[in-house]
Parts: sequence; C-alpha cells; structure tokens
Amino acid sequence: MNIAITGLNNVDNPGPGVPVIRGIKDSPKFDGNIIGLMYDSLEPGAYLKDVTDRNYLIPYPAGGLEPFFERIKYINSKEKIDVIIPTLDAELYAFIKLESRLNQLGIKTFLPTLEHLNFRGKDKLSSYCESNDIIAPRSILINSVKDLHQIPSELSFPVAIKGIFYDAHIAHNIEEARTHFNNISSKWGLPIIAQEFIKGEEYNVVVLGDGNGGSIGTVPMKKLFITDKGKAWAGVTIKDEILLDISDKIISSLSWKGGAELEFVKEKESNKFYLLEINPRFPAWVYLAVGAGQNLPYALFELALGKEVDKFEDYEVGKIFIRYSWDLITDIKKFEQITVQGELDNG
Amino acid sequence: MDKYKVSSNLAISENGFLFFPSTGDSFTLNEIGSSIVGLLKSKKSKSEIIEAIVEEYDIDENSAERDVTDFITQLINFNLAEEL
Repeated sequence: MNIAITGLNNVDNPGPGVPVIRGIKDSPKFDGNIIGLMYDSLEPGAYLKDVTDRNYLIPYPAGGLEPFFERIKYINSKEKIDVIIPTLDAELYAFIKLESRLNQLGIKTFLPTLEHLNFRGKDKLSSYCESNDIIAPRSILINSVKDLHQIPSELSFPVAIKGIFYDAHIAHNIEEARTHFNNISSKWGLPIIAQEFIKGEEYNVVVLGDGNGGSIGTVPMKKLFITDKGKAWAGVTIKDEILLDISDKIISSLSWKGGAELEFVKEKESNKFYLLEINPRFPAWVYLAVGAGQNLPYALFELALGKEVDKFEDYEVGKIFIRYSWDLITDIKKFEQITVQGELDNG
Repeated sequence: MDKYKVSSNLAISENGFLFFPSTGDSFTLNEIGSSIVGLLKSKKSKSEIIEAIVEEYDIDENSAERDVTDFITQLINFNLAEEL
C-alpha cells in the first residue's frame, strides 16, 4: 500500500501531514509506504525518514488544475498510489474537483463533496448555523475597505478579522480592522470575514464523518497553551456531553465525509458553546486523538479503501499533548535532490 | 444552604491535583482543600465539614467556618460545585 499525504510543513502554523502519518504508522495493520507530497522544498516532514519514505514536490493548485493533475499522474506512474490524503484547506477544492480523475488512475480518496465544503466555508458559516440551530458569533462579509464601515453598526468592537482560508486578528477599532483587512486580503484574497468576538475558553473537536451523517470518531480538546497565531501548542482531551452532541449534530447535518476540526469558544457568562469554524480536514493536533484511543487517520485510510469501519465508542479523558520543535540536522544533498529533481528518497 | 454537590466526574489525585474532565480545567489544592473536596464528594454538609476540619486541624470554629465558606464559594465560581 502506498499512501500519499500532503501538509508536511511543520513551522509555527504546522500542517497536519506529519501527525496524520504518525497515526497511520501507529496502526499494527499498516504495511506500506508513505509518499510525501510537498509544495516547498523545506517542508520538514519530507526529511524525516521515520515519517516519509519518498517525497515529491507538487505545484500549487492555484497555478492550474491541469499541471497539478499531471504532476500527480507522474508521481502515480512511479509509485502506484493507493490512497491520497490531502490535509490542507487551500488544496481541498482541487482534490475534490479531480476526485473522479484520480479514481480513474486507481487512487482512492475520502473527501467531502464540493457542496458540503462550500456550506461550511467561513463566508457561509453564519447562515449554516442559523438554519441548523447552532450558536455562532454574528459575522459580516467584507469585500472592500468601504464595507468595513458596516462593522460599527452591525457588530461591536473588538471583532475578529478573518481570512477566507487562514489568518485571524482581533481589531479594536476601524483603523485596526483596515490594517488587518489589507494584510489578510493581500495574502488570501476576498472576502474577509468580520466576526463578533466571543470572550471565553477555546475548545476544538476533531471528527471523522462517514459521509452518511454518522461520526466514526469524535475527540474534544481544550487548548492549554495558545501561540500568538492562535495555534494550540498544548491541549487536553475533555468530555462534555453538550459539546459532543453539538459536534455530532454538525457532522450529521452536513453528512460530512472525511476529517474535520470544529472550533468553539465557551462563552464566559452563559457557558454556551459558540461555533467559530469548521475546518475541512484533520487538525495538526490529530495525534492527540490517536493517543487517546481513536486512530482517526488510520480509520480514514480504511474508509478510503472502501472498508467497513466501526464507530469509536470512547476515548481517554485527560490525555495531554505538548508540542515542541526539534532541529533536524541533515546533508545539503537532500535539499539539492528536492530542489533540482523535485524528489527525495529517504530509503 | 448547608448542602452542596460537587460534579460527580471531578477527579482529584492523592497530591491534591484536581482535574475537571468536562472543561479541562485543573487546579492544585493544599491538604485542607483536598480534604474539603473529599468530604463534599462523600456528601457531607458544610457544618459537618467544618466540624471535621476543626477536629483534624488546630483551628477554631469561626476561622474554619470562614475558610470553608470561602473555599466552597470558589468551587462554585469555577463551576465545580453547586448549592443544593
């Protein structure tokens, strides 16, 4: 079995590729090779021989679907890929668009539909929550600097200014909102979302939807340490029945297929959970779920192969992850291989 | 206002480390705090707890009442206990 996985970047905003691979490799049932797909020649997961067996550079999907598909076709001709697991938000659209063509090459996937991907988009989350009776912060779409002037009448400061794919900053006034708008829109495009700021503690949930409204597994986590980018650098598994029910309801209402991360804030006064985001892939902390007893990455791999997968009934509460960075020392020849040939064999 | 209920799934270790599984909050309690939580978990009333604390530690009843009341109020504020 050859599994190709993206998201091997592991900087201060780490990709989920390495933890997804760790989960798959932890399964005693797994016997195969991991093929790393990388967008940049310095993605750390590609240099870790315990993580990836062979690695290939791929072009950004934004550069066109055809060159992206042709590159995967070439990699497939060398590796005979059985399953591809994309792990980054920005590439999902391309993989979904190419799903049937990948299947024709014999490459299996387990992805949400385009319709469901769009439903949970940051620009549509508010209306999705309203029609499904899920509490979410009020938000408005900002398509131009002029639209920023709607903020004081629709919401009250502070507000969160968020990019369509990534990035979020708190703005305390219209000037700060304008600065964040300019910075985020130049990186990630439009629209920008201005969202009511909810004060409280952050809880995230990793889920795996079976595509028929059921959840194969669900593990909630409270962030214990948050970086200035809002990323959890430590967290603990918790059990809150209300949070689990809301999570099941979301997966069921979307008939979600694949991994996802649900981001919540528990409002300080009311103790109610507000849904902030639905990220359409496993989070970088997914290995905590593996450690707590739910190997969701391996379950997704089996679902992609068309196998029946039993629902996980429980997980261990009070499991903690603490993330750390670690310097890998390697030879420049490896960097040369990737940059010149676009390939790196870790064998 | 003498009976309180602590959350049934509140976990407390021998070292006084208290973990609340539904919120992920954790606290470190001293010996007396651990004793009070233990007594609340075994459904003792506030007056019974005060009596036990006075008996166990070298403290007068008024001080014990003030400290136990203050501690229970903190537990309630952290949503770890509620009045019955």
